[in-house]
Amino acid sequence: MDSALSLHRLHFAFTITYHYIFPQLTMGLAPLIVIFKSLALRSGDERYNKAARFWAKIFAVNFLFGVITGVPMEFQFGTNWARFSQYAGGVIATSLAMEGVFAFFLESSFLGIFLFGEQRFGPKIHWLAAFMVFVGSWASGFFIIVTDAWMQHPVGYEIAADGAAHLNSFWALLFNEWALWQYVHNMSGALVTGSFTMAALGAFYILSASQQEYGRMFVTLGVIAALMSSLFQLWPSGDKHGQLVAKYQPITLAAMEGLFHTESGAPIVLVGQPDTDRQELDNPIYVPKALSFLTHRRWEAEVKGLNEFPRHRWPDNIPLLYYGYHIMVGLGTIFIAITVMAGFLLWRNRLFRVRWMLWILMLSFPFPFIANIAGWITAEVGRQPWLVYGLLRTEHGFSSHVSAGNALFTLIGFMGMYTVLSVLFLFLMWREIVHGPDFFRGIKSSTVERVEAL
Amino acid sequence: MLIAYVVLDGFDLGAGIISFFVARSYDERRLILRAIGPVWDGNEVWLLAAAGALFFAFPSLYAASFSGFYLPLMIVLWLLMLRGVGVELRSHVEDPLWWSFFDFLFSFASVLLAIFFGAAVGNVVRGVPLNEEGYFFEALWTDFQVGPHPGILDWYTVLTGLLAVATLTVHGANYVALKTEGDLCERVRRAAGVGWWPLVVLTALSLIATLYVRPQALDNFNSHPWGWLIPAMVVVSLVAQPLCRLRKNDRAAFLASSLYIIGTLGGAAFALYPILLPASTDPRYSLTVENAKTGAYSLNVGLVWWLVGIALAIGYFTFLYRFFRGKVRLSDDGY
Repeated sequence: MDSALSLHRLHFAFTITYHYIFPQLTMGLAPLIVIFKSLALRSGDERYNKAARFWAKIFAVNFLFGVITGVPMEFQFGTNWARFSQYAGGVIATSLAMEGVFAFFLESSFLGIFLFGEQRFGPKIHWLAAFMVFVGSWASGFFIIVTDAWMQHPVGYEIAADGAAHLNSFWALLFNEWALWQYVHNMSGALVTGSFTMAALGAFYILSASQQEYGRMFVTLGVIAALMSSLFQLWPSGDKHGQLVAKYQPITLAAMEGLFHTESGAPIVLVGQPDTDRQELDNPIYVPKALSFLTHRRWEAEVKGLNEFPRHRWPDNIPLLYYGYHIMVGLGTIFIAITVMAGFLLWRNRLFRVRWMLWILMLSFPFPFIANIAGWITAEVGRQPWLVYGLLRTEHGFSSHVSAGNALFTLIGFMGMYTVLSVLFLFLMWREIVHGPDFFRGIKSSTVERVEAL
Repeated sequence: MLIAYVVLDGFDLGAGIISFFVARSYDERRLILRAIGPVWDGNEVWLLAAAGALFFAFPSLYAASFSGFYLPLMIVLWLLMLRGVGVELRSHVEDPLWWSFFDFLFSFASVLLAIFFGAAVGNVVRGVPLNEEGYFFEALWTDFQVGPHPGILDWYTVLTGLLAVATLTVHGANYVALKTEGDLCERVRRAAGVGWWPLVVLTALSLIATLYVRPQALDNFNSHPWGWLIPAMVVVSLVAQPLCRLRKNDRAAFLASSLYIIGTLGGAAFALYPILLPASTDPRYSLTVENAKTGAYSLNVGLVWWLVGIALAIGYFTFLYRFFRGKVRLSDDGY
């Protein structure tokens, strides 16, 4: 744990994991807020505007935390991964810089108008501001995905005389086959987070018998959006993304599925702990032949196991990769089950009276966050031992002249700051939730009075 | 882009500094926050976008400077976080204790950021201990001397740090005066006037110190005499400020302090060109435009998307500042 490489890896992994808690909610909520604003404009029903204003308050705090934890990421390529930056900057700095120039300016400019300009500028401009924030945040996601997709599957480049990668096709970079599916899968994942959060809050309001009307509104939109995005995650986006992994990163596929040995008619594993030393799974439960079908569309197809590949090309933390993947898929399956059930009850107009379903909706809200992060762990740990797949190994990319002592100093600094920020975040969110959509300064809502009476 | 960042976020930082000294009540501090509220995040984006553009155009300079300046950069990141939190979360709770804490955080982070940014410019001008691989690492300080192995802080960079504080305080005060009215505006205007004296003294001292630390700085000016317009602009912008203040022309004062920033930073760049990051070890190790730039294809493609992007950004900013023009009042919705 004291080696500089491990610390720089942990530094980036920690800060990016913490950061991503926030943008997934931002990107997930943004389209839902646009939907509320659209409904408000069309129907003239002021309640939709109040709903939008309420979610804007949640959105604002969340967006701020996304920004302040995101700024370090732009810098961290240079600070902790200087050699990688020098190697790959000729390609990926294009997409990263574009994120700054296009997406960040767009979303930050219009966020100001969205949060503070409703009275001044009228409903149409306010709708436009909400829409632009949505576009900006999704554009931001696009450019980041393009960057990561290039690291997973480098395209559109050539190696120059100085040994660094140089871009030679802008469109190949932007329309990288890997990027397109990774993007839709990632954004749909964010929508799962946003919609589950909305449904969970709605369920809380109904269950606690406060803000019932808004509770029903949030549950309705939340469940519908959650159902659509959860299904989309499985097929087509998850499936297509998985096929890309099978095609271009077969070692990763074997590792994440726990397939130590080549098999025809290979199974997927539902549970089972990987033992890398003995190259087997403990207490596995299999679904026979399913992996062969998923990857090659033939039940008896041969899927290569880890044993086919040299050890130095294996991802260096197979258990973490395996669990990241299985947690993501396991949760994704549960989300489908929950949303199908809730969707059915909603269709039958019984959802708001079925308390156990509302409880499930309310309590499941942390899990999309976990699933999204598990997915990213799958992607990034799966890419190991490469920083740029097939071109640059991770151990050759870090800032070797920044000592372990300095890396640990700043890592501890970030951990400390983020602990404090977490407390602040939870406190602020709780206040907004307790106030509810009908709150304005000076007048307490019934929820506040009930909470204060406790 | 970096200059745009300093002009824009510079006044946010300056507002933070001035708020500590001049504002006398919670309401006054709230007004100052209102003045920068809708725009500070967009202003900060210029820093991100500039870092991205630096990475894009000069990847090895980005890699070398960011890892070499690892420690101050990390500290700057933490300070930016604290500043952001200080500005945004202050109005979320109606409690004077809460306000006091976040107001202090806002001011504290603002002044430290100004010092670090000033020291950063000083480091670039003074030179850094680059090795033959094109990398370096600076501890926060070594012996405070300007030699071949300097730290982030030495007598020269502390001086430039103080200059930055003076610059941004005056700049921020000019902006706040522009956006407020009444008694607060008067006091802020007077504070800008008071701050002008140390600004002039520090400017002169820094100029002398710079010529001492980097005597070659004058070479570009001598070979390209039109460059003398830049320091001329700096002098004009300095002289103009008290005149504008006498006439209570806050907009002109703000333009003057903006020009001052453009002039000093532009002048530093002009003096160094084509060197981007000089080496204090061996001049052959310096990073220049030639040896640090990225491939021709990227740059050509970049010309297109960057111009489009910047045009759009300028569009949004004009839109944004137009919408929020005028004096801020407590009755507005918002912070």
